[in-house]
Amino acid sequence: MSEALPPSLIYLIGAALVPFLRGRFRQVFALAVPVIAFVNYYLITKGVHWRVELLDFELILGRIDSWSLIFLHIFTVLSFIGILFVIRENEPLDLSAGLLYAGSAMGVVLAGDLITLFFFWEMLTMGAVLCLLSRKTPASGRAAIRYLLVHVFGGVVLLAGLVLHLAAGGSIAFDKIELVGIGPWLMLFGFGINCAWPLLGAWLTDTYPEASIGGVVFMATFTTKTAVYVLARTFPGEPVLIWIGVAMATIPIFYAVIENDLRRVLAYSLINQVGFMIVGVGLGTALSLNGTAAHAYCHILYKALLFMSIGAVIYRTGKSKATELGGLCRSMPWTCLFCCIGAASISAFPLFSGFVSKSMIMSSAAAEGHVVVWLALLFASAGVFHHAGIKIPFFAFFSHDSGIRCKEAPLNQLLAMGIAAFLCIFVGTFPNAFLYPMLPNLEASYEPYTIGHVTDQLALLLFSALAFTLLMLAGLYPAEIRSTNLDADWFYRKGGPAFYRLADKSLNAINAAASRLFLGRIVNGINNFFESGGPRLACIVMTPLWKLKGHDAARIEAQRHSLFRRVKFTAFPVGVTAFFAVILLGLLTIFYYVS
Amino acid sequence: MTPPDPNEPPPWFLQQRNVRRVIVGLFGVCVFFVLLDVVFAFVGFDKHPYFQWEQWPGFYAVFGFVACVLLVLVSRYLLRPLVMRGEDYYEKSSPKPGDKTDV
Repeated sequence: MSEALPPSLIYLIGAALVPFLRGRFRQVFALAVPVIAFVNYYLITKGVHWRVELLDFELILGRIDSWSLIFLHIFTVLSFIGILFVIRENEPLDLSAGLLYAGSAMGVVLAGDLITLFFFWEMLTMGAVLCLLSRKTPASGRAAIRYLLVHVFGGVVLLAGLVLHLAAGGSIAFDKIELVGIGPWLMLFGFGINCAWPLLGAWLTDTYPEASIGGVVFMATFTTKTAVYVLARTFPGEPVLIWIGVAMATIPIFYAVIENDLRRVLAYSLINQVGFMIVGVGLGTALSLNGTAAHAYCHILYKALLFMSIGAVIYRTGKSKATELGGLCRSMPWTCLFCCIGAASISAFPLFSGFVSKSMIMSSAAAEGHVVVWLALLFASAGVFHHAGIKIPFFAFFSHDSGIRCKEAPLNQLLAMGIAAFLCIFVGTFPNAFLYPMLPNLEASYEPYTIGHVTDQLALLLFSALAFTLLMLAGLYPAEIRSTNLDADWFYRKGGPAFYRLADKSLNAINAAASRLFLGRIVNGINNFFESGGPRLACIVMTPLWKLKGHDAARIEAQRHSLFRRVKFTAFPVGVTAFFAVILLGLLTIFYYVS
Repeated sequence: MTPPDPNEPPPWFLQQRNVRRVIVGLFGVCVFFVLLDVVFAFVGFDKHPYFQWEQWPGFYAVFGFVACVLLVLVSRYLLRPLVMRGEDYYEKSSPKPGDKTDV
């Protein structure tokens, strides 16, 4: 039995307590949570821990092996960096959201059964929604609703798949699942929504640029990478994943080239990088799965670093669009340096982290003889340098002088970026220090630093840079234009309202017609009947009697009027009332004896 | 944020002279790597490739260059006309679309 605590528990308690603390104490506490979790990490031993009985199921909160440990490690490190990045504002919503998000991601990673997995999977969405809400703008509020709707849909699909899988005799064990039957396919589809697959992943580029500057660091880390982890656990070696990964790695980079919002460019390159991981899962060899784990580790660091550097720019200037930025290397030299380190890492320059992880996946694709996959990934490698490696730092910090003069990012943000930047270089330069020994399949060894690999990679990247330079000089590079580029989110952002209008037009028309018919005519008629039917009947009965008594027309009219009012308001003289009461009693007596 | 001081010299990276230096340096390094690849092919240095074409001198250089040119041209001339809409396409709150800035 491990003496450690479940990491998710530490984070969830932290997230719950943060709003009740005040001032400096809250800052210290929020930073202490990841530190405690980091110490706790080293107390965790491999094996199965923290079993909970629920109904007929035995839930496992801690299935600890090398797969879960490497993800737990990077999530813990990143949660510290992310909290440090937002600690200055001391905003309880930001801090709570970050801790809740991290705790749920760790819950998924350590889950040993599908029910626990599903529980924490849904909590991830809550963390992300809070990260969106913490921006506190109307646009971020709407983005939060869209995010919630998409992920609730994904959760329902996953739940349906899970139920069908169990009903078909599947086990609740969170292990490799045969992709046979509708249940597993629905589960795959549900995981794919969180993983931002083509057509399913537009939520990512739609919402990430709307999040708070700290929130997006957590979002870029936890949701897609837990999905990668889950896919690597449940569906390794499924050939369909190879092609999904290739599509993810290639299609978004075209969008990234023409995108103006730099955080959205980063969101596109995030999908591109996750594409590499999914190819690794699809190949399913020992080396490719190692590549997936290593690439997730490195990717989390440099993607968080890039989002933080653009976040720092937003913090100081309030702008994130290429059209509005430029020349900031003067005002924010450190942020610029850290951004360049992140850019070099995502581009997989030798000595930077992307180099030691991405090449494992490329090599496995080649070793398995996937020529087209390999060429597509090589294209994506050149493309990612082009749009993320060059475009992000170039338009923010160099390019033309936007005239913006601001202060350097605050110390806590510089520290957070500095730690991430240091790790990017350290992991890239010394992959054997701690990254490679953490990989799941230690039998598959890999050596990234061969002369051929280094020179080939440098040639690829330098000629990509050359292409960028020449296209710029020739004026062929697409000018940055303030614009929105359509993606699959069109279907729910435009399709949703269109469906709403259609429903509004058709259903509300039926509703209005029904309202006119029922409320206007029938109900009115019934109402009229019950209100004045009786008095009228009385008048119809009495008028002939009055005529027989020889009353003239004027008197009859007066009597009718008086009778109508009396019957309608049942305001009869006492004698008449008593007379009717006696008749009623008489009738009741007769009925009583007859029956 | 403060307005820029007109007398302030531009930082090193934004000076026209230095931009030219960086570009010339990039050309130089590119030429160096192509030559290195040719030398590797000439002396028969084994890069342990998976595919035969990885041994061709300049394969990665040409691939990187062509890939990026294709990427940019396809994005600009095929994708942009298809998918670009005004900035306020979804939410009517932002400034007018087509507000170009030279790059």
